[in-house]
Amino acid sequence: MCPQTVRNEAPSDDKRWKIINATMRRNGDDSHALIETLHSVQETFGYLDDVALSYVAKSLRTPLSRVYGVATFYHFFTLKPQGEHSCVVCTGTACHIKGAQALLSAIKGSFGVAPGETTADNKLSVISARCIGSCGLAPAVVIDGNVMGNLSPQTLVARVEREIG
Amino acid sequence: MTSPTRVVTLRIDDREVSAREDETILQVARDNEIFIPTLCCLEGLSTWGACRLCLVEVSGSNKLLAACATRVAQDLEVKTNTPRILAYRRTILELLFSERNHVCSVCVANGECELQNLAQRCGVDHIRVSYRYPELSLDLSNDLFRLDPNRCILCTRCVRVCDEIEGAHTWDVMGRGIDCQVITDLKAPWGESKSCTSCGKCVHVCPTGALSQRGTAIAEVHHHRDFLPYLTQMRGERD
Repeated sequence: MCPQTVRNEAPSDDKRWKIINATMRRNGDDSHALIETLHSVQETFGYLDDVALSYVAKSLRTPLSRVYGVATFYHFFTLKPQGEHSCVVCTGTACHIKGAQALLSAIKGSFGVAPGETTADNKLSVISARCIGSCGLAPAVVIDGNVMGNLSPQTLVARVEREIG
Repeated sequence: MTSPTRVVTLRIDDREVSAREDETILQVARDNEIFIPTLCCLEGLSTWGACRLCLVEVSGSNKLLAACATRVAQDLEVKTNTPRILAYRRTILELLFSERNHVCSVCVANGECELQNLAQRCGVDHIRVSYRYPELSLDLSNDLFRLDPNRCILCTRCVRVCDEIEGAHTWDVMGRGIDCQVITDLKAPWGESKSCTSCGKCVHVCPTGALSQRGTAIAEVHHHRDFLPYLTQMRGERD
């Protein structure tokens, strides 16, 4: 195969593409850097859209379908823009037994969003996770990166309301 | 320099058989006309080991091993039809049927379906778990072929033939667990896929009616698989 001499043109003038390019270059623009590059896109842009996925696929010479397969396999990656605040509800075994479903239905009742969805005002995204490794705190929730445990549906809703102000 | 391949002897179902040491249990069993069911395995494609129908009991291992992905060894004792294996096979088939919508009587592949054939051969006359019937829509965007994900068993033959033989890698699997689905490109409609060459190889390797030619009605699908060993052979000679 001919070596790639010219870098593919970034999809837009957005300076953030330089971060993505740097990640790919650091890994030799090789297809094994796919997950690393998707991490970079997720952290830089907040989500993975078709434009970004196509660009990564083309730059790393990886099939589009494989890129999409990897992006949808890992819960860390999201294909839709996320809200300002995130609420990750753990639904692992310990949290399930301690009432994670009640937490999810309380959030659904108060904010109208199910796991994987974002509120219409773009304030809150709700995600479910299979065990966040804090089983001693069950049922556990991660709000904007902070782990909180032993939650009742009422305290969770109150806490989320305070966060999103 | 590579050392010459040794020949080993082993027992499959109390039959003494000999094999090259680089062969799998499945290959040896097929050479000796010993029945081991498979769905994901197809000669000419890489080993996947996903359907688990070829599970066999092997001496020295408490676990059941996939015959398609296990090499033979000297003095190996293999059992392919113990009550434990027969029960596993049946359960695997039942779970495949329950996972999607497999109604043979209205399927384009009726009579030409490997899942149907295996179910008949393994005596699956009813399903002991409830059907899931997920809501999955057909993809009719391609002019020549159609995708019915309701019949898909995720054997990934289409993914492998597209990647390994055609070289396009249009197909892949998205999601995880029960939400897995085969997709083209970025889950674009098949007809809009830029990488697809419409060669139809995926349609011919599909074991069920998930991929079929447009215009075929119930029980009208016919698979032509001769191209696969032919292409593999022709490519091998060029290397």
